[in-house]
Amino acid sequence: MSAGPGRPGLSGGLRYDLRLEPRLDAPRWLSPALTLGAIAIALVISGVILAVVGADPLRVYAHIVRSSFGSVGVISDTLVKATPLILTGLACALAFRMRLWNIGAEGQLLLGAWAASAVVLLPILPAGTPGLIVLPAMLVAGFLGGAFWGLIPGFLKARFGVNEIIATLMLNYIAFSWIQYWVFGPWTEGGFQMTEQFPIEAWLPRLDDLADAYPALAGLTVHAGFLIALIAAGVVWFIVERSAWGYEIRLIGDNPRAARYAGIRIARNILLVFAVSGGLAGLAGMTEITGVVHRLQDNFSPGYGYTAIIVAYLAKFHPLRVVPVAILFGALILAGREIQPSGVPAMIQGIILFCLIASEVFLRYRVSLTRRAVVPAPGA
Amino acid sequence: MDLQLIVAAGIATGTILLFAAVGEILAERSGVLNLGVEGMMLIGAVAGYATAVSTGNAWLGVVLAMLAGGLLSLLHGVVTIHFRADQVVSGLALTFLGTGLARVLGEGLSKAGAISLLPRFTVPVVSEIPIVGPVAFTDQSILVYVGYLLVPAIWYWINRTRPGLHLRAVGEEPAAADALGVSVYRMRYQYVFAGGLLAGLAGATITLAIQPGWFGALTVNGRGWIAIGLVIFAQWSPFRAAFGAFLFGAIVQLTLSMQLPPTILGFPNPFFEYHPNTFFLDMLPYALVLVALVLGSREAMRKRIGAPAALGIPYVRGERGR
Repeated sequence: MSAGPGRPGLSGGLRYDLRLEPRLDAPRWLSPALTLGAIAIALVISGVILAVVGADPLRVYAHIVRSSFGSVGVISDTLVKATPLILTGLACALAFRMRLWNIGAEGQLLLGAWAASAVVLLPILPAGTPGLIVLPAMLVAGFLGGAFWGLIPGFLKARFGVNEIIATLMLNYIAFSWIQYWVFGPWTEGGFQMTEQFPIEAWLPRLDDLADAYPALAGLTVHAGFLIALIAAGVVWFIVERSAWGYEIRLIGDNPRAARYAGIRIARNILLVFAVSGGLAGLAGMTEITGVVHRLQDNFSPGYGYTAIIVAYLAKFHPLRVVPVAILFGALILAGREIQPSGVPAMIQGIILFCLIASEVFLRYRVSLTRRAVVPAPGA
Repeated sequence: MDLQLIVAAGIATGTILLFAAVGEILAERSGVLNLGVEGMMLIGAVAGYATAVSTGNAWLGVVLAMLAGGLLSLLHGVVTIHFRADQVVSGLALTFLGTGLARVLGEGLSKAGAISLLPRFTVPVVSEIPIVGPVAFTDQSILVYVGYLLVPAIWYWINRTRPGLHLRAVGEEPAAADALGVSVYRMRYQYVFAGGLLAGLAGATITLAIQPGWFGALTVNGRGWIAIGLVIFAQWSPFRAAFGAFLFGAIVQLTLSMQLPPTILGFPNPFFEYHPNTFFLDMLPYALVLVALVLGSREAMRKRIGAPAALGIPYVRGERGR
């Protein structure tokens, strides 16, 4: 591949060509090696930028590692941050696998949180309902809330061919205003942007709750939502990799034309995948408000739904790989809260994603720099 | 509510969308989808504002804002044109990077205080025209007038010049353009860069002219995405994009002004009576984009016109694409 047609010169000369030859297959080690390499390069680039703006990159990185993996207590906090990232990451991975660009996990998470809150605040279930009924009801409500918000762009795409990227993003902004209306308006506690605290029946159990029996667990914040997220990862893995429906999803993603010839109904799959994807993100909203904040606020998500896009991409849309990647990004979000300037974690995320997609050229092509003699074309 | 003031303000805020949308039209017409508009606008906004704060020269701010947006867009260019990465993911990465970087660079800028803005003036003669004059040519920022001139210029460039013909060829049928001796890669880099320059200008229009100040990511607040939606609504035509941008700006201004009066047409104003209701007004611009997308998509289906044929597909000589 040369940058343009060779300029016919009167005399011959040497020119350097960047050649990209398609690879038919790549060695197994190459993909993980490239991912690690891309992350390393991203950290170096971020470090340079940090140094330019006057921060000490090594101290920032050391701080991130220490305050997210330094002790059992902070590892537990990291897993708490990873929980919504696993669920929203699965939401993105599932949709992206079909090449449906659901960028709306953030809005679906918010709607899921709202629907789960409605169970105890509207209220749908009367006060004093035992937790064994309230929590599953909130779980279902959270899934349905997110699924409903996902179905809107799904319907617009399937029926009118509306670009789902723009539609899901617009719905993120609408969802945020919707949450603000409720926490400033009907559900406000004394005019602050938050609702009253949920009754204790609507709190997901934490490891700390077992501290009476096992004192070692005292202070550990990991809640049952982490377990829900792990189960969801297993379920999504089974759907995508082992079920007939997953085969349809993968076929549409890899080769939509072949899928159409095979008689797969694409519009129906767009709706289904958007519903399940939105539902997973909605679960993230439910676990976050019942497991961590115990009330609905307008700013309880630091952009989980957006980070989820990077998580899904880094996991190469593989449901089980979403879990470890989400834990790493949970660490970044946890530690990032104290890092100044405040945009650093978002910047690092962007640079990682960039290096990652740039590195993939090595996976798909054999890249070589060749030197060749340029001979004047006859008659030129 | 003074309708004249509302439309005038709508044109001013619409100019922000206009620059970003026209820039995106240029990039997409060459076959490169750049979803990083939000990030490029933020970088432009922060670069322009920071320059104006430290040098006191707003014009220098505009220049650096455009360069910053352009530089960021080249990153997208390299990754998608030479490295053939997925344009959707690269554009998203650009938005993340631009947003994060702008927040890092803008640290402390929100307390910068007042800066000298770009000049505003009334155009003689044309401002005397009834109806149009008072809203479009009276006491507007100079960038609004730049926008008026830019739209026909870009239209002429795309539809009536030889380089514009090459641009359309590269976006519709790159292999044919290549066979004619047009450098597909060079054209795509040029127009992606032009899109970045204009997105940077859109950011500077916010911070140096229309809504001065630095409010972190809220400075742009999704308007980069709205601009991309506008391109689809405008079906890749600069004039339709301008119409959409001004209409959109006016409608948003109208909804904003609806919060203030205690009564509307004699009825008690629900947005005045109960403040949380105004959050529904906040949703309106985004809901409007959804409606515009549905209308645009339906019309595109009916008329069988659509995106540039090669949009989103990396060009590899000798391959048929996907």
